[in-house]
Amino acid sequence: MTKTYDLAIVGGGIMGCSTALRLAEDGMKTIVLDQGDLGQGASGVNAGTLSLQIKRVKLMPYALKGHSEWEAMGEAVGFKKTGGFTLAFTEHEAELLYERQALKADAGAPITFVSNNALRAAEQNLSHKVLAASYCPEDGYANSSLTGQYYRIRLKENEVQFREKCNVKLITRNSSGFNLTTSCGTVHATRLLLAAGAWLKPIAADLGVDLPVRARVNTVSVTERMPPLISSIVGHATGLLTMKQKSNGAILIGGGWQGQGVPQDGRGNVTAKTLIPNLSLAQHVLPELSNARVTRSWVGFEANVPDFYPLAGALPGIENAFVLGCVRGGYTIGPYMGRLMGDYILGQEPELPLFDPGREFSEV
Amino acid sequence: MIKTCDVAIIGAGPAGANAGIMAASQGCHTIIIDEQAMPGGQIWRAKSEAIKSAPMTPEIIDGDKLRVSIAESNLTHIANAKVWQIERELDEWVLHFIINGRSEKIGAKVLILATGAREYVQPTPGWTLPGVIGLAGATALMKRDLLTPGKRTVVSGTGPLVFFVASEIRRLGGEVAAIVTPNSRADWLRALPSMSYRTDLLRRGFVWVADLLLAGIPIFWRHAIKQIDGETKVHSVKVSKVSSDWSPKGPARLIEADSVCTGHGLQAASDASQLLGIDVKYQLELGGWVPEVEEDGITKINGLFICGDGAGIRGAAAAEIQGKLAGLSAAKSIRPEVNSSNSTLLNSYRRASRFGMAMTRLSIPRKGFQKLITQETIVCRCESLRRCDIENEIETGAATTNAVKSGSRAGMGPCGGKYCQSTIAKIIADRENQSEEKIAPPTPRPPLRPVSASALSGEFEYTDLQIPKPAPL
Repeated sequence: MTKTYDLAIVGGGIMGCSTALRLAEDGMKTIVLDQGDLGQGASGVNAGTLSLQIKRVKLMPYALKGHSEWEAMGEAVGFKKTGGFTLAFTEHEAELLYERQALKADAGAPITFVSNNALRAAEQNLSHKVLAASYCPEDGYANSSLTGQYYRIRLKENEVQFREKCNVKLITRNSSGFNLTTSCGTVHATRLLLAAGAWLKPIAADLGVDLPVRARVNTVSVTERMPPLISSIVGHATGLLTMKQKSNGAILIGGGWQGQGVPQDGRGNVTAKTLIPNLSLAQHVLPELSNARVTRSWVGFEANVPDFYPLAGALPGIENAFVLGCVRGGYTIGPYMGRLMGDYILGQEPELPLFDPGREFSEV
Repeated sequence: MIKTCDVAIIGAGPAGANAGIMAASQGCHTIIIDEQAMPGGQIWRAKSEAIKSAPMTPEIIDGDKLRVSIAESNLTHIANAKVWQIERELDEWVLHFIINGRSEKIGAKVLILATGAREYVQPTPGWTLPGVIGLAGATALMKRDLLTPGKRTVVSGTGPLVFFVASEIRRLGGEVAAIVTPNSRADWLRALPSMSYRTDLLRRGFVWVADLLLAGIPIFWRHAIKQIDGETKVHSVKVSKVSSDWSPKGPARLIEADSVCTGHGLQAASDASQLLGIDVKYQLELGGWVPEVEEDGITKINGLFICGDGAGIRGAAAAEIQGKLAGLSAAKSIRPEVNSSNSTLLNSYRRASRFGMAMTRLSIPRKGFQKLITQETIVCRCESLRRCDIENEIETGAATTNAVKSGSRAGMGPCGGKYCQSTIAKIIADRENQSEEKIAPPTPRPPLRPVSASALSGEFEYTDLQIPKPAPL
């Protein structure tokens, strides 16, 4: 007799794994399936920024909860609360900064505007051309490349089954639930959660559901080890730069500059067209970066839907199937969204509302 | 508008240079980009300007011949240039490279990768001490600058390179304390039939060994360095016997020396091939993971050709011929009127490959060598990770090179994993009870060489940066 799981989760990123951990608390028998290694998609290759200053206003309550989740995970994920500065260099950027950060502060993020003197006292090596800056003491980062290792250990501790390098080829429904044909055998489960990030669309299509999921191709770069240059995380008013210096001295540079490729064809490609301005912007912010050698640049696929709000709830039209993904700022919010999703699957009222995947989507 | 050519070649060693000469001779506008100041690659490396009057060696003579042919051809040679990124734009390749501290680019209809080899150095306790260099690094030092690695050197490693390095050290006035090789005399005897193709090289090899024996330099066959000792630099090495699978056995013997040259075979430098989407397969007899490529340099990607040691370790003689083959294939792909037959070249390529592959077989480390890596031995030099750090990572469930890299940062430093990845793959294979061919290399990413941020960006005005529109509020 083949074992039947209470729930099969397709996708072993932060969303899938954190949902599995929540369900394990209530004794649900869950299995997590990933086409590669756990936490090797967007969850493991993003820049690890935990910044309330770049979260959407409507998602702020979730982001605040997310920050507490990361703080609790602590050293195991390389969590550091450093505080973060966001910088503007032109009048236009300063306006954007004032307008947006004020709204985010209203939504509960402890963001303040700081003088140039205060900025320089905190971070001597930043550009002197800064026109305006905001600060949030809650900001920091975690080490996203530890995501896989972290969840592997946690899933094992909680006796949650997982299969890596397990490609789900086909999902069919039967009277008792779902049959998943995978590269490592057939898996039966009474419920199904799709948490496959940028790969959600083809999987949902298997069940006849058209999810309007697309992917952004975000670029991240890392330098060789440098002497201490910055101690806080640093961003740009447009959100198109994130920068932090890790404890080993390496500087990590992100900001969502677009590489090339689609999830179906592999892992995507870096392109000089966007890498060069990304690194130029970083050098404008931190002039000493020009001496650093870049040792590796990569891209990750960040899934989204037209309104850029999450998909979190029941998969429309399919009983006992759920979907969780497309969370903008998903690294920060993911662990909390997984908890909410778990509550929902267990039939409990989530602490904060979910995001109906069956809603009408309007383009932002 | 960027400069565009018919054929761009990366690497000006025996393969790349010959590919270039061939493509140019077939009427293709050909550009060859190389990291060094002069063509010749690692094997035919030119002497630096300062020492032009030094005596000639066969490598210098062959290299000079090649350099004259290039000078006489229509090839454009771009020297001192590091290619850091290659992209496909519409129907053309775009190569981004650093030259004079700036990033430049050129376009090409077809691209030939002739990126050569890199050396595998077996990690052993003490191998990261100052005074230890690779055999290939030592040859570069001696060919270009006539410098010896130290005053008294232990030369250790596999295949023919140990004997070449030892004899070069002596020629340049250095002292060789001992030669230590896990190969046995019987290994060499078995290789002889495949070597008959190049009696000239065979004869040189005999001369090296005879010279070393006459000088009374001890040759420890079937031995390996078990440990290199010293505080701030090398002061002695411990050498012990190895069994037929090269596991160390028996008591160690102490040899005093201030320097060590050590190397254990070559591996195809296939980073660029992988970056462009060429699949790699594990072929131990070619040095490990090699890109999938035909004998004539053709790959599954239109307009992309690979030749020389970067396609698998077959040695310089085979690389020269495969360079010509790839140059011809490339020319045919853009100039239909080129119809020269390549059958003669193919035959000589196969003969030359047999010789090169016999050398590779002698050079590749056997399984027992892994036992030289103690738990405390550094495996990843850039991040100072020891074997036990890697094993702890595997213990948490990381069963792929990508997962180990994510969890431990092994391979994220300046070398980009060039020094550690095959050792890490062997450790994973060991722990997971898998064969090495099941442990694929990690995802390749740019830059192909570390590049400074300022070289990439060049001079720029903030207002000229094309910053995209911000994310939705």
